[in-house]
Amino acid sequence: MEFIQSIDWLQLLRCFITGGTICIIGQILLDKTKLTSARILVIFVTTGAILGGLGIYQYLIDFAGAGATVPLTGFGANLAKGAIESVKEIGLLGAFIGGVKASAGGIAAAIFFGYIASLLAKPKIKKQ
Amino acid sequence: MEQINTQKQYDKLVKEKSPNSPILRDCFNAFWVGGLICSIGQIILDFCIFKGMDATLASTVVSIALIAISALLTSLNIFNRIGKFAGAGTLIPITGFANSIVSPAIEYKSEGYVMGVGGKMFTVAGPVLVFGISTSIIVGIIASIF
Repeated sequence: MEFIQSIDWLQLLRCFITGGTICIIGQILLDKTKLTSARILVIFVTTGAILGGLGIYQYLIDFAGAGATVPLTGFGANLAKGAIESVKEIGLLGAFIGGVKASAGGIAAAIFFGYIASLLAKPKIKKQ
Repeated sequence: MEQINTQKQYDKLVKEKSPNSPILRDCFNAFWVGGLICSIGQIILDFCIFKGMDATLASTVVSIALIAISALLTSLNIFNRIGKFAGAGTLIPITGFANSIVSPAIEYKSEGYVMGVGGKMFTVAGPVLVFGISTSIIVGIIASIF
């Protein structure tokens, strides 16, 4: 159980608070505006990509770890980060390759598990 | 019950009977559930790094693991129950993105595997990918100029 001893509890607390706070922003948008959840997700991913592109989001990731990368803003920031890194390596073409490449694992997993789930699960019968 | 004669009394009664400020309760639930999901991600991340993985790969493992868990919970119809309680707490983390793909995939199974599952899967995730990827390409193009 070396791993449990190695856990940085302060880091975990920062992660919890940051992740929770980002969710509160989403909850306020849900409750106080008429935005649908799809639009809120789009707003979060776009905001994340812009903040990531400006290099601001990286500070939040350094501070909160998964508290910043797990919310959808982190997904957006990861897309932007991948695009920028790829541009540095191979130039303009990298803008089209880097973003998706950096997030490929998540996107592919979501599609694959979605398909598998549809094979295994039954649609729930809506009660009238 | 006392007689209601004025608007003021009525307002007071409504205030007493209605649950006290649901937005605070919603925010509290979103906060701790969202924080908990991120903390689970952090523990997986720490474990992967502890096992000697590099940070980028570990971060991908976290995404895949959380997506797999939410796909499982969605197909068992547990995710929706947590989602009703937590609101944005499950929507905003990557679990919400996974749920937005898995849930319609299951729901539209009856319309066939190609246009039902394959097509409807992206009703919510499609816009997210369109705007996310487009923004990242614009960011990349700007970065290549400077």
